[in-house]
Amino acid sequence: MKHTHTISVLVENEFGVLPRVAGLFSGRGFNIDSLSVAPTLDPSISRMTIVTRGDDKILEQISKQLNKLIDVIKVIDFTDQDYVEREMLLVKVTAEAETRAEILRVADIFRAKVVDVSPRSYSLELTGAPEKLNAFIELLRPLGLKELVRSGPVVVGRGAKVWKNID
Amino acid sequence: MKKTGSQILLECLRLEGVDTVFGYPGGTVINIYDDLMDSPIHHILNRHEQAAVHAADAYARVTGKVGVAIATSGPGATNTVTGIATAYMDSIPMVIISGQVPTPLIGNDAFQEADMIGITRPITKHNYLVRDVKDLARIMKQAFYIARTGRPGPVLVDLPKDVQVDTALFEYPETVELRGYKPTISANPRQLDKAVKMILAARKPVIYVGGGATLSDVSEDLLAFVEVTQAPVTTTLMGMSSFPKTHPLSMGMLGMHGTFYANMAVTDSDLLIALGARFDDRVTGKIATFAPHAKIIHVDVDPTSIKKNVRVDLPVVGMLQDVLPRLIEKLTSETEALESSVEASQPWRDQVEAWKEQHPMSYKQTKSTIKPQYVIEKLCELTDDDAIIATEVGQHQMWTAQFYDFTQPRTFVTSGGLGTMGYGLPAAVGAQAAFPGRQVIDISGDGSFQMNSQELATLVQYRLPVKIVILNNNFLGMVRQWQQLFFDKRYSQTCMELPIDFIKLAEAYGATGLQATKVEDVEAVLKKGLETPGPVIMEFKVSREENVLPMVPAGAGLNEMVLAS
Repeated sequence: MKHTHTISVLVENEFGVLPRVAGLFSGRGFNIDSLSVAPTLDPSISRMTIVTRGDDKILEQISKQLNKLIDVIKVIDFTDQDYVEREMLLVKVTAEAETRAEILRVADIFRAKVVDVSPRSYSLELTGAPEKLNAFIELLRPLGLKELVRSGPVVVGRGAKVWKNID
Repeated sequence: MKKTGSQILLECLRLEGVDTVFGYPGGTVINIYDDLMDSPIHHILNRHEQAAVHAADAYARVTGKVGVAIATSGPGATNTVTGIATAYMDSIPMVIISGQVPTPLIGNDAFQEADMIGITRPITKHNYLVRDVKDLARIMKQAFYIARTGRPGPVLVDLPKDVQVDTALFEYPETVELRGYKPTISANPRQLDKAVKMILAARKPVIYVGGGATLSDVSEDLLAFVEVTQAPVTTTLMGMSSFPKTHPLSMGMLGMHGTFYANMAVTDSDLLIALGARFDDRVTGKIATFAPHAKIIHVDVDPTSIKKNVRVDLPVVGMLQDVLPRLIEKLTSETEALESSVEASQPWRDQVEAWKEQHPMSYKQTKSTIKPQYVIEKLCELTDDDAIIATEVGQHQMWTAQFYDFTQPRTFVTSGGLGTMGYGLPAAVGAQAAFPGRQVIDISGDGSFQMNSQELATLVQYRLPVKIVILNNNFLGMVRQWQQLFFDKRYSQTCMELPIDFIKLAEAYGATGLQATKVEDVEAVLKKGLETPGPVIMEFKVSREENVLPMVPAGAGLNEMVLAS
């Protein structure tokens, strides 16, 4: 069974680590749907959030192969855990006289923010689960959606448990 | 006192116990070579950087130590790529030092610049670009540690020229701090208990030994484990010399060119105990019909090897030098259960014996032409037990695996995973440099030999008395065999139409050249060649269209062997 999986990877915050991880995926034929990376509370460690697809066997290999990289400190597969997932979307929509009000209504329903306005366009920002972003995009599409940027999701586990380092 | 980067590098090598390095100088390593003149480290100048890496790789394979090779930036470094990939596929501990253009020039397409970190990322266990001389000692310590621990592998250290010139206080770290690298050494005791239960319950067990057994020097433990379980043993190409082929329970090699009895036994077994092996496609054949009745115990230090290719019933992550003694102890403590288990598997051993009699390894020696298998059998008779055999890649390599009776560990040096033609001669350079007093033989074909024949110069210059056996069929034999069997005998580009005068070639380098064209000359030429001091080429004009058999065609199951042409 093919599934989408979200994996967090704690890595050394060093030169050349991203291509090691990306190269592992391409070299072994694993998919990357999205990847986001930034330093953590401990600035010597970066956290990657990778969304990938594959059956259980492939997922097991991905996790093992990531762990095998010297610069990878910890691999967390959120598949069987309760977690919060958020992604950010920035869009630019053409704002003609007849659609301006409708765009703002849709934005309001989704609690999107208007981050830039010009005589002929709106730029909107929305944060939420990827499915919510998808729904928002579909509603904006007929209203003149011109440009779309997504950050790829980041996730954090629910509850008090914290992923910081090797423990 | 402050030292330069190149001095620090050589000091690190010395502290790691490196006595011999292999390499080739150039602009961005000139400082290292200058300081090498004042260092106790012995340097062997190969005639190509690829050969230097193969030599260092073989040095590691025969000694168990970390092999070291040095190459300059750009083309020197890119020439090492095949050597590094060869070592990576066979998990050989190595440190490769590549020169790099000065740090301010990196990324500028400078003269002899190549992004070696990018190029070698997928073929090294890890690699480093040293950007500050203050990091060099720590990086070297880590490089050696990573290369030799866990599942070993090559580590590349890319060293810019300015970092070799910069100075720093030298202090070699005593410990390694790598929070992302903690290889599992000791296996989980519960997994071992389960393994013992499965072994005691088995009626048709087979032990399948891979290169991990060679790398972890467990020959004695392995022999004891086999004696205790009385299970028949098959090895891969890489595991071959870790278990004596002359042992009554040895079934030789399994897989594409494995023995009939090993492949039949694996197919019929009810328990497969994989020790440091990785279920390579040349071993398993068609996965769907591989060991269909067997439960599989897979012992390996690398978790990624487990369940990568085949289903595994019991994974055991750990070093064989830890796992085998513990398994033996647990098994022997269950005296009665073990006795009755061994007794109950007697019909299985009888079956294996019956298969051995049904289709032993054989070939038909004719009067007119020399059979390559005959040369290898004779060579095996005439060489010392501790002789080191290196091979190239192709038919001669498979015949060596089939007809040479390896009995001692680390005596078979061959490119298994990558299958690198041109590996054997430089590998023989490395093996002979490690053991100047032992017989070192490169078994070669006429095709492979020409891929690194320049190493004859290295042999002669350093008085390395390697004996080279060329099984000359004027063909790229293994590809020709496939063309014969699967492409309707259309021999596209596999006939080496220009006959090479190997005797003159040997003499041009100051070595000795001998030749046998008749069956009755084979033994005499081998004897004379082995007795002649210094490097010797022994060329045997062998039967041109001999095939390596048995053969499991690609995509077929192990029990679907072609047994005769």
